[in-house]
Amino acid sequence: MMKSVVIIGGGVAGCKAAVELASIGYRVTVVEKECSLGGNLNNWDRLFPDGKRASCLVDALVSDVEKRGVTVLTNVEPEKVELIDDCYNILLSDKGLLKADAVLITTGFTTFNAQRKEEYGYGIYRNVITSVDLENIFAANLLSREIGCVGMVHCVGSRDEKCGNMYCSKVCCITAVKQAIELKQMLPNAEIFCFYMDMRMFGPGYEELYREAQEQYGIKFVRGRVSEASEDSEGRVAIKVEDTLVGRPMRMKLDRLVLMVGMEPSPGTNRLAKLFGVEMRESGFIRGVDPHMGANITNVDGVFVAGAATSPMNTTDTINDACAAVLQIDKYLRK
Amino acid sequence: MINEGKKKVWDLYQKEIADNKYYYARSCIRQTFFPASEWAFIDILRNRLGKDIFDDPKHTTCSGIGYHSDVVPFQTTMTVIARHFALMTEAGYENITPSCITSFGIYTEVLHAWEEHPEILERVREDLYKATKREFNVPKNLAHTSDVIYKFRNQIAAQMTNPLVDVHTGKPLRVVDHIGCHYAKMFPSKGVGGAEFPAVLSGMVDAWGGECIDYPERRHCCGFGFRNYLVQANRGYSVANSMKKLESMEPYEPDFIVTNCPGCGMFLDKWQYTIGEMSGKSYGKNGYGIPVLTYEEMAGLVLGYDPWDLGLQMHQVAVEPLLDKMGISYDPDKKYCDAEGKLISLPKRPTGIRSI
Amino acid sequence: MVSFGFSILPTRAIEYDKNDKGCADYVALHVPSSSACIGCGGCSATCSAGNFTEFNIRKIQMLMKRGENQLYMEQLHKCMLCGKCLAVCPRGVDTRGMILAMIEYMRKK
Repeated sequence: MMKSVVIIGGGVAGCKAAVELASIGYRVTVVEKECSLGGNLNNWDRLFPDGKRASCLVDALVSDVEKRGVTVLTNVEPEKVELIDDCYNILLSDKGLLKADAVLITTGFTTFNAQRKEEYGYGIYRNVITSVDLENIFAANLLSREIGCVGMVHCVGSRDEKCGNMYCSKVCCITAVKQAIELKQMLPNAEIFCFYMDMRMFGPGYEELYREAQEQYGIKFVRGRVSEASEDSEGRVAIKVEDTLVGRPMRMKLDRLVLMVGMEPSPGTNRLAKLFGVEMRESGFIRGVDPHMGANITNVDGVFVAGAATSPMNTTDTINDACAAVLQIDKYLRK
Repeated sequence: MINEGKKKVWDLYQKEIADNKYYYARSCIRQTFFPASEWAFIDILRNRLGKDIFDDPKHTTCSGIGYHSDVVPFQTTMTVIARHFALMTEAGYENITPSCITSFGIYTEVLHAWEEHPEILERVREDLYKATKREFNVPKNLAHTSDVIYKFRNQIAAQMTNPLVDVHTGKPLRVVDHIGCHYAKMFPSKGVGGAEFPAVLSGMVDAWGGECIDYPERRHCCGFGFRNYLVQANRGYSVANSMKKLESMEPYEPDFIVTNCPGCGMFLDKWQYTIGEMSGKSYGKNGYGIPVLTYEEMAGLVLGYDPWDLGLQMHQVAVEPLLDKMGISYDPDKKYCDAEGKLISLPKRPTGIRSI
Repeated sequence: MVSFGFSILPTRAIEYDKNDKGCADYVALHVPSSSACIGCGGCSATCSAGNFTEFNIRKIQMLMKRGENQLYMEQLHKCMLCGKCLAVCPRGVDTRGMILAMIEYMRKK
């Protein structure tokens, strides 16, 4: 009999794993709490480093999912789990019951709620926005042509004890570089600053894009963390930052301040980890049994994890991670 | 500015404030520079709000100025504070309300240290007993006096005779609120509204009909800094901080500044005189300075107290333009009179900022 | 004016919006590679002048980019123009050309 795998979370990792599992002969069901597949990519305009539209990637993944005959259940969430004779009985919020020989958790991340960094006044100062807001502005073609000066703040909600997130969210540096370039393409006369603590250009083509931002687009990179934003009488954003490489505080006014929000484990990741008894890291992301050889294997037999539910991850690595999890699941189900 | 967003932040920082039976801890600076503010606070609590507040003649300084100026060790400060708690305990009170922000910061710091390190608390109990034979309970509730006024702001609003409104235009007065660093920067959760968007004073201003101004240097320190202003040669550094704030708020044309901390109130008021004398610069309209009120004075004016009973003649910056704007009547001839109505003497007039 | 025995300190902050970025614009135009600096300090570590004087080429070009001109103008003539900084720069910045362009700009002004 064909063995079945239930994948919880229909973002990039869930879709990719579903396609690959189905292609090697498993019966696959994807459970998605939203009304459509795609996850966080549905809230993004273009992807680094090549500027591909996020919707193209989502469309390609969804079309593969359909082609491979994967069952997709939307607007539902698992509510109860019981292990009966090596089979996970998963009761869904719509009272449906799924049986799974293996479970893959791909519940991903949620972006950091920038209101928690109170000093930046997000939700209070009109011209303080997040990187997600900027993607939506790009997607809807709503960027004001009046903008003369923009600052991008790296590490908002990442590497910051004050909001309880000690880790690096990895993608924000390159997102800032990508968005800075896009802004400059749309507003050639604008002055654009990136305020960074370290530039973490880990992926292929990232460092090159950083250099392109400097040389081709004249984006200005200032090493220093913005400590405070406020609004002046004209509604512009006044910031305090240190130019640490000069060793002096710096003051300037900006038309927009863009907060590069980091990743946090999604509420679904937290809930599912508890539901299945899966071990979490201190950060709340799901911990694999071994950082090298068992990153996709959880402490619970038959329950696997992939993508940004394990740690902050870019789209490329998420796709690869999903494939790696598929191999682990296949190995487990063959034994 | 989206005010709804601010209210969300305020909701996160709602602290517990006792609703009666307070042991009052006076402030060195407030009782010296704004003595009527402390009188007004006690009077409002007792006679307007019907609360029980104990004003203890045995109470002393918290030693905060000495502590922050590096002349009093922390161990000594803790023992002084412990003595206050002992006095509170002996008087039969459990809630302490200090008038000074520095004291509030120190009380908070000391309680935090004892909570984290019970062995320090034990040592302090021993030290106090050895020195004074006194014993104490840790207070159940610590709230700054502005927290108490904040808690009862709506009751005060119900008795209000002079709202924070320009009687000539009907528009709300534009108010700059200055919280004082030690109110919430060290322990954000202990301040109403937290450290970034504190609501303790702006909540009063809102409730009494005024409008708070958020200006770029709102969160900047007044420059008090204890060891800095104490040395004459360092005062240029201290005053530069107040000046930065005054320059940043000037374009908003505030009607007055309200301060939480007695030190900030003193500095923001008196440095305007200093800057005026040194450079001729004034920050208010028509050559006047920007009046600076303590929150007790603000509450007193709103409740219809006589401005001279509130001690507004103690201020460097003339308050008359503000009183005129609020439609508050006052007798100019009584400004410098004592309680019997006899003229004490006239102060020397400033040359940089306009006076009446 | 009254003297109280102290003077009011001016701000130390870089007031970016008020600063004159004329030199920065000039250098950006004539030495485009200058924009690629990542502030690693390789140049100043090896600098002949920097080992004996206050001359710090990394800092100088950063101050120049922020428009803090008065702080480095006096330093420029200390450069020996030896070119060692060129050799070590991982970003291929024409560091020597940058100093020459700054001197040129100041002279024209």
